[in-house]
Amino acid sequence: MSLFTRKPLAPLEYTKRLWLRSWIAAVTLFLYAPLLVLFVFSFNDSKANVVWRGFTFKYYAKLFKNDGLMSALGNSLTIAFLATVVSLVLGALAAVMLWRFRFPAKAGVEGVMALPIVVPEICMGVAMLVFFAAIEWPTDLPWPLNLSAITIAHITFCFPFVTMVVRARLANFNREEEEAAKDLGANEWQAFRDVLLPHMKPGLIAGALLAFTLSLDDFVITFFTSGPNTTTFPVKVYSMVRFSVTPEVNAVSTLLILLTIILTTVALKLQNIAGDAGAHK
Amino acid sequence: MSEPIIQIRNVTKRFGNMVAVDNVSLDIVAGEFFVMLGPSGCGKTTLLRMIAGFELPTEGQILIDGQDMAGVPPNKRPVNMVFQSYAVFPHMSVLDNVGYGMKIAGVPKREIRERAEESLALVKLDGLGARMPDQLSGGQRQRVALARSLVMRPKVLLLDEPLSALDAKLRAQMQFELADLQDKVGITFITVTHDQDEALSMASRIGVINKGQIAQLATPSDLYEYPANRFVADFIGSVNIFEGKLSVDEPERAVVDCPEIGKIYLNHGVTGPHEASVWAAVRPEKMMLCKPGEAVGRDAPEGHNVANGIIKGMSYLGDCTLYEVMLDSGRMIRVSRANLSRFDQEDFTWDDKVSLCWHPSSPVVLLA
Repeated sequence: MSLFTRKPLAPLEYTKRLWLRSWIAAVTLFLYAPLLVLFVFSFNDSKANVVWRGFTFKYYAKLFKNDGLMSALGNSLTIAFLATVVSLVLGALAAVMLWRFRFPAKAGVEGVMALPIVVPEICMGVAMLVFFAAIEWPTDLPWPLNLSAITIAHITFCFPFVTMVVRARLANFNREEEEAAKDLGANEWQAFRDVLLPHMKPGLIAGALLAFTLSLDDFVITFFTSGPNTTTFPVKVYSMVRFSVTPEVNAVSTLLILLTIILTTVALKLQNIAGDAGAHK
Repeated sequence: MSEPIIQIRNVTKRFGNMVAVDNVSLDIVAGEFFVMLGPSGCGKTTLLRMIAGFELPTEGQILIDGQDMAGVPPNKRPVNMVFQSYAVFPHMSVLDNVGYGMKIAGVPKREIRERAEESLALVKLDGLGARMPDQLSGGQRQRVALARSLVMRPKVLLLDEPLSALDAKLRAQMQFELADLQDKVGITFITVTHDQDEALSMASRIGVINKGQIAQLATPSDLYEYPANRFVADFIGSVNIFEGKLSVDEPERAVVDCPEIGKIYLNHGVTGPHEASVWAAVRPEKMMLCKPGEAVGRDAPEGHNVANGIIKGMSYLGDCTLYEVMLDSGRMIRVSRANLSRFDQEDFTWDDKVSLCWHPSSPVVLLA
């Protein structure tokens, strides 16, 4: 019985412990197996998504001919892009403000800013719906202006996340660096550009990624703020699923996962390149 | 000594109710190596930051080279600062760090490079221009900060606790190098430190600061040998202070009656208030440790300082041994003895009876 005669484990040999291995196996199973199934069945040559009937690319081909889905994807990417850019600027500025200045009711401002993070999405969605209806926000504008309501809603819940990430980064900034820049002749703006901004950069990249993915896959708030011609990708997928979960839905989801992975990889690569360039200049 | 490059006139700085700097007036002359010395929280860094422009005086005036600095922001002042954390920009190479100030000033690229390399050579970092700060040791990073400031050719270089983060050996070496560097570039240096050794070894003049006020302004040796008050005597080096009354005070001679040690004789006048409370201070190394009775005894001629006691503690420091001696009155004092030969520390041990004597020029009488 090798199980009982083996050598005792050292305290830090966690990877050899049975309970830990089973735990990891369980996590992996429930986290990745569904994704794998999704991926595999996107090539299934069957209308029903239950039994494997052979390999095919036809759902991918079908997908690209599905105008409704493609325009939804276009909408989603546009919204995500706009929401990311605005959230990044707004979030970074808010982070710098909260980090740098003391002002009356600062705690209150911080609390209010975190609201979109803690308020249930469904409430946010309803609130947005009521708000845009109450102020009679025009819904019949030409593209891309018809996406404005959704974009504004997305910015509202995206920028607090950017603020959070950037502020965490700012917390370990050495203020003497900024003072040193000023001491060497830099004015307020130059010191910000040359010292504070480079320090914030990893936080900005992380915040942008976060905002982009949050916006891209948001369903609840978007569902409440989208009009008939402004369907986004997740909303469209949902409406497709309501009829049946076809391999087409699988194919779409697979593409979305791929897109996210590529984006993240590119962002990380960019960050590395920037770091390396600094190191070898 | 020429005209003062920095004039601090009645400067007070308050943070809320806390007075950090309390009505300080101080002139610093061009070419000086001035050190502000004081315990932490005494206001010395605040004073330095006010000269740099990072803090504004609540009251009073600061003039640099005759110009009032009120309303002049840090980036427009002809001074540069080396920060305690060095504040080297982590995302810039050493060369870019040193060249940063010149880049902001719009100096042509070629000149930036030349001057930056020159400045790096000055602090002995030649050839490391391409390195990133995280590839440097703490001492090297400090040199980068130094080069970065010196390259701006400031009228005054401010250094905030420049050596506190270095290890003891490196600190001793940098003390010499800083003094040497100052000699070479001829820029006025103002340093802030809480380390008395650092201050004594580098400074041409020291301002001892206590509770926001200047306790004494003097050269290092004057500060040590002629402290102006008990704070300075105690803060610089180690000292035995005895409270007493001035019973004789003539031009060539003075006597202080101290209950704890007896009469202390001085070979110079004090011009202090007669019969008022004064303090006599004697440094441990100026007291000589003798076998009992070998110091001239009780019936010695008047003017000879002598006391008896028992050794209650000793710590061997290598170059000298520090003894704690309990006097007959029960007062503990410190006496240090240089280990001139190899077995000197074996001459005395715990509970030995000893006599102490010291020269009448050694005690200092302090009025405050």
